[in-house]
Amino acid sequence: MRVDQQIIAEMITPGSRVLDVGSGDGTLIDYLYRTRKCDARGIELNMQSVTQSVAHGLPVVHGDADHDLAHYPDDTFDFVVLQRTLQAVERPQEVLRQMLRIGRHAIVSFPNFGHWRLRLQLLTTGRMPMTQVWSTPWHQTPNIHPCTIRDFVVLCEEENYTIRQWLAVDEDGAKAPWRRSVRWANLFGEQALFLLSRS
Amino acid sequence: MVRLEDGLSLECGEHIPLLEIAYCTYGQLAPARDNAILICHALTGDQYVAEKNPLTGKPGWWSRMVGPGKPIDTDRFFVICSNVLGGCLGTTGPTSLRAEAGAAWDSDFPQITMNDIVAAQVKLIDHLGIGRLFAVVGGSMGGMQALTWIARYSDRVFAALPIATSPYHSAQNIAFNEVSRQAIFADPDWHKGRYRDFGAIPARGLGVARMMAHITYLSEEALNRKFGRRVRQAGVTLDTFLFGEMFEVESYLRHQGSTFVRRFDANSYLTITRAMDYFDLSADFGGDLSLPFKDCRTRICVVSFSSDWLFPTSQSRVLVRALSRAGANVSFVEIESDRGHDAFLLEEPDLDRTIHGFLDGAAEHAGLKKVQN
Repeated sequence: MRVDQQIIAEMITPGSRVLDVGSGDGTLIDYLYRTRKCDARGIELNMQSVTQSVAHGLPVVHGDADHDLAHYPDDTFDFVVLQRTLQAVERPQEVLRQMLRIGRHAIVSFPNFGHWRLRLQLLTTGRMPMTQVWSTPWHQTPNIHPCTIRDFVVLCEEENYTIRQWLAVDEDGAKAPWRRSVRWANLFGEQALFLLSRS
Repeated sequence: MVRLEDGLSLECGEHIPLLEIAYCTYGQLAPARDNAILICHALTGDQYVAEKNPLTGKPGWWSRMVGPGKPIDTDRFFVICSNVLGGCLGTTGPTSLRAEAGAAWDSDFPQITMNDIVAAQVKLIDHLGIGRLFAVVGGSMGGMQALTWIARYSDRVFAALPIATSPYHSAQNIAFNEVSRQAIFADPDWHKGRYRDFGAIPARGLGVARMMAHITYLSEEALNRKFGRRVRQAGVTLDTFLFGEMFEVESYLRHQGSTFVRRFDANSYLTITRAMDYFDLSADFGGDLSLPFKDCRTRICVVSFSSDWLFPTSQSRVLVRALSRAGANVSFVEIESDRGHDAFLLEEPDLDRTIHGFLDGAAEHAGLKKVQN
């Protein structure tokens, strides 16, 4: 399991109801069921991953964050997780609203577009930056809504969400030491991880 | 076969005084009676799911899926498959004798619904002394039965696998069925359903009905691949005298039609297609499909096939969203296949993996004993 998934799992209360949006091969939901006795389910867009998950006995629905969250009733889950997907959805603001409608808490991770390497590339080459994290050229990227850590914090303020916990993580998932300052994290954090709740 | 003397009261208000249910079982019922899987067959299926069909001499219709070590593993599960109410292979239906009259029901057999079909299965399960089924599995009309089970008897089913099915019969589905029925009615040997009194069967009408229905079970791509526009020389009959030769697809459909007539009864076909047409889970709930699944605790896995135009994926998606609205524990897989509706009966490794994995996962959640390797 990726280290950032490990950090997400630590944020989740044992025995809770969890929806993992973009559950991939189902690693997180399997881990949550086995080690934390959670009622964990997934939504995944990639059909091969869905088939693989279901064939491993995991409850996963083929669907996407933009269209399928609306069908769950209010407060169906304790935690709704969105891993590295926010930047690829059609309407990120609406997806967050849905997550915090159907779940009491939302855990969101996304790649930080404010990282210094990206800033430097854009400044020096004048072209869309490409790094290990942002690895596809602009015309092929599924990431249609990139944002920075500061952008995300502003959105949470506008929407009146409480940030319960946040941290910057490196690509290999290790916790970065920038967690005290949004400004520093925004410059040096490759990924961001937020635990939100309704105010 | 089981005879239930107290009969069955139907939704239409009629009462069948004697209910007979023909069924097959495979594997062993565990001492805790918690490992039973009910397999529900499709419109023209039967109880011979994993053994040679005595009527046709062919292997069971899902023998590739059900057996020792197979996705539905009879080394682990006790599998039950019964002939549906209204059928013609041993369970009470139009060809059965009416207890009081001494003659067959024929066209007097009352109109049944999917609820009645499932109510008869419930009586069988009661008779076998099984409180809760581990799973109900079914494709097409079998999937409708699986959905009826979880909508009406959720506490008696731990897991359900509705495959290539829909929570309601669509206008297109009803339209296809109506063409089939009209073909039967148009046969001069039909005699308003009393054909047996005349020593006849509406073979041409039933054959045409089957031919038409069979096309809906396939896909354009599957038909093209299998037959293309290949032509064959036929023996000299009245038809070939006019046309000289015929396309292979025509000959295939005629074969399908003629073999079907030998194993199926026209009144049964009419009764069961009508029961499918009436099927709409939301009908009693003001059109809200999530209400029948309120408080449903069953683990559900919905499966559709990408090229199925009889029960398209869009209908499965409507079902999955309704189940999500009801807060049910649902999985949903659309299997990539170009073989149309019939794909659920054919060699589809993704389907095998899905069924096997889902049942395995459900068994773990149900606390069933691990299978010995």
